[in-house]
Amino acid sequence: MKINTREELNAIRARYKASLDNQYKQILICAGTGCVAGGSLDIYKRLQEIIEERDLKLTLVLEEEPHDEMIGLKKSGCHGFCEMGPLLRIDPMGWLYIKVKVSDCEEIIEKSIIGDEVVDRLIYKDDKHSYSKQEEIPFYEKQTRVALEHCGNINAESIEEYLAMDGYIAATKALFDMTSEDIVNEISEAYLRGRGGGGFHTGTKWKQVLRQAETEKYIVCNGDEGDPGAFMDRSMMEGDPHRVIEGMIIAGIATKAHHGYIYVRAEYPLAVERLRIAIEQATEKGFLGDNILNSGFDFDLRISQGAGAFVCGEGSALTASIEGNRGMPRVKPPRTVEQGLFGKPTVLNNVETFCNVPPIINKGAEWYKTMGTDKNYGTKAFALTGNVNNTGLIEVPMGTTLRKVIFDIGGGIKDGKFKAVQIGGPSGGCLCLNEGHLDLTLDFDSLKKVGAMIGSGGLVVMNDKNCMVEMARFFMNFTQNESCGKCIPCREGTKRMLELLNDIVEGRGTLEHIELLEELSETISATALCGLGKSAAFPVISTLKYFRDEYIAHVVDKKCPAGVCKALMSYEIDKDKCKGCSKCARVCPVEAISGEIKKPYTIDKSKCIKCGACMDGCAFKAVQLV
Amino acid sequence: MLNQEEMKKLDNILVSYDYNKTLIIAIMQEVQKEYRYLPKEALRYIAKKLNISEAKIYSVATFYENFSLEPKGKYVVKICNGTACHVRKSEPILTEFRNELGLSETKVTTDDMTFTVETVSCLGACGLAPVCTVNDKVYPSMTPDKAKDLIKQLKEEIANEN
Repeated sequence: MKINTREELNAIRARYKASLDNQYKQILICAGTGCVAGGSLDIYKRLQEIIEERDLKLTLVLEEEPHDEMIGLKKSGCHGFCEMGPLLRIDPMGWLYIKVKVSDCEEIIEKSIIGDEVVDRLIYKDDKHSYSKQEEIPFYEKQTRVALEHCGNINAESIEEYLAMDGYIAATKALFDMTSEDIVNEISEAYLRGRGGGGFHTGTKWKQVLRQAETEKYIVCNGDEGDPGAFMDRSMMEGDPHRVIEGMIIAGIATKAHHGYIYVRAEYPLAVERLRIAIEQATEKGFLGDNILNSGFDFDLRISQGAGAFVCGEGSALTASIEGNRGMPRVKPPRTVEQGLFGKPTVLNNVETFCNVPPIINKGAEWYKTMGTDKNYGTKAFALTGNVNNTGLIEVPMGTTLRKVIFDIGGGIKDGKFKAVQIGGPSGGCLCLNEGHLDLTLDFDSLKKVGAMIGSGGLVVMNDKNCMVEMARFFMNFTQNESCGKCIPCREGTKRMLELLNDIVEGRGTLEHIELLEELSETISATALCGLGKSAAFPVISTLKYFRDEYIAHVVDKKCPAGVCKALMSYEIDKDKCKGCSKCARVCPVEAISGEIKKPYTIDKSKCIKCGACMDGCAFKAVQLV
Repeated sequence: MLNQEEMKKLDNILVSYDYNKTLIIAIMQEVQKEYRYLPKEALRYIAKKLNISEAKIYSVATFYENFSLEPKGKYVVKICNGTACHVRKSEPILTEFRNELGLSETKVTTDDMTFTVETVSCLGACGLAPVCTVNDKVYPSMTPDKAKDLIKQLKEEIANEN
C-alpha cells in the first residue's frame, strides 16, 4: 500500500515498530553469499518446519497490525564473520551460533527458543574464552558499524523491518526539512570522502552537479566491485539494500536529479535480486516514483547489470556500459559531474558512500566527525581475507592501525608468520612488516604516503609462504586481462610487464628485467588514460620497493625464498623418510625417478619436468621442494 | 538460420526491453540465458530489430567477459581467481578440474558438451576461499580432492538423468 504523506509514514512506522517489539525471540540467519554457499537457506527452511511442527507462533514478515507475541525468523545480510559461517543469531539475547548445520536446528529451537538456554557447543570459542554473545567476540567488539549498521541485524528482504528500524527517516528529513543546499552543505561539512577508492569529496561532487543548469541529471551508484578480494559493497547491497536506495534518493534531492541507476556486476546475482525486491517494495510504498510522500519530488531507480569487465568500475567506462556500449573510459574533461550518463550531469558514488549518507543526514555532520581522524572522518568497511584466522567483513573508524585490524579483529595469521598485506586491489600496493607498516593508520592520506591506497577496501593478508614476485605477477596478469585496450600504455605496457614477470618467476630473469620493469612502471603510471591504467603498475612498484631482495633472489640466485615459484625449485627425495615403496617412480610421467625396492629412490634432475606428481603421490612426505 | 519459434523467443525478449538500444547488454544476457551462449544468427536478428549495425552489437558482445560466442557445456564450472582464492591456493583446483575432464586453457568445453571449465574474476565470496561455482551455485573451501568428488557427483547426476 502506498504511503501518501509524512504523517501516514509516521503512523505506519509506529505500527511496524510495535510489531517488531512483539517478536519476543528473533532468529537471524545469515543469508549473504558466503553463508548461503554454506547451506544457510536449508537451515532457514528446517527452522521454519520445526517451529510450525511445534505449533509455535511464527512470523516471517512484519505485520502492519501487531498482535500476539511471535517468533521472528529472518534471512539477514552478511554478519561479517564469514570464516565461521553459516551464522545464526538469536535476539534479543544476542547469542551468536557458528558453523550451524541443519541437524542443529532441533536443539536450537528446543533450548534457545522454547527454553532460554544457550547451545554451548555452537558458540564461538578461542584459546582463552568462550563467547555466547556476538558483541563480546573480539572480532565484533573492536568494530564500529555505521554503513554496516543494519547488515546482519535486519531482514534483508523486508521494507517493513527497515522502516521499523528508522529507515527512510533521513530521506523524509531531506524532503521536507532541508533544501538541496542544506543537504549538500551537511555532506560537505561531514567531509564524506568517496569510499570507492579515490577518496574524492562527496559534498564537492554533489555541489558541482547541483549547480549545473541542465534539468536532466542522474544519480549513479557504482556497485561494480571488481577488485579481487573485496566484498564490502556486495554485502551492503545484499544485506541492507534499502539503505543504498535511501542514500541515492537523498543524493537526488540534493542535486535535483530524478533518475537513478545502480550498476551491479554480473558476479553478484544475489545482490541484484535483493535490490530488485527492495526497489519493488520502495516503489509500492511510495518512496520511489512520482510525488514521493506528496512532496512534489519524483525519483525513479533502475538496476543495470554489468557483464564482466573490471574496467567498468571506472566512472566513464561505467556510464558507457549503462548506455549499452563497450565499457571503455574516455578522456576527461568533461568530467562526469558535467557530462556523465547520457551526456548529462551525473553524481557517481559507490555503494558504501551512499550507505553513509542517511546517518549523516539523521545525526548530523558533527556526529560523523567524532569518528576517524582529521579529514578522514567516519568509518571504512574492509574485506579481510587471505591467510588470516578470521576472514570476513569488518568496519572500523578511519585511522585504525593495520595491527589492530589484522591481529585484534582478524585473530592473527593463519599458518605461518605475517609477511605482507595487499591493500586496495590491483590498483593498490603491498605493505610489509619491516617498514613498520603494521602501525600505519588506515586512512586515505597515510596510505598514499607509502605508495598504497585504501581502494575500495580489500585487505588480503599474506603469510611467509607467499612469494611477492609471484604476487606481482598475479596482479599484472589480472590487469593485463582486464585492460580494455583503448590506450597503448596500458594495453601494451601491462602485457610487456607481465612477460618480464613471467620470465622472472620462471627462472629466466636478469637484473635488466628489474630495471625495465621500473622504467615501464613509470611510463604507464604517467601516461595511461584512466585511473586503472595509471595504477596498474602499483603492485609491482610497491613489491619492488619493499621486497626487492626477493626479486634479486629470483634473478641472481635463481631461488624463490618462499618456495612458490616451481621453476626455481627442484624436487628431491629425503633419504631418511623414503621407504622405497616405488610409488613415485610409478607415477612419474617421464621416468625420472629410479631406485631399488625398500631403498631410498632418487630423482634425475635432468629428466624431471617438475610436475609434482611424485610429491602428491608420496605417502611418507619424503619428496620435497628445495 | 533461426526458426520461427526462436524468432518468437527473441521477439519476446526484445518486447520486454521495449526495443531499447541502451539495454543491449541486458537483452544479450537474456538471450545467453536462453541458449547458454550468443549464437551469431541471434545477434544478427537483434541488431536488425534494434536498428543498430552488426558491428556495434558484435563489439559489445566481444567486450564483456560474460558473453560467449561459443556454445558452453551443460555444467559451467568457474574457478575463482581472485586474490584471496589465489593466496589460498586456487591454482591446483583449476588444474584438477582440467585434468579430470581433459580440458586446458584453450580447450574449455568437453566434446560431449557437458562441462565447461573457466576462471572467473573475484566472486566476492573471499571469506570462503578458495571457491568455485557450478551454474552459479557456490561451492566453498575447495580442495583438489573436493573438485574430483564434485565432478564425480555431477557425472552421476547426468547418468541418472539418462
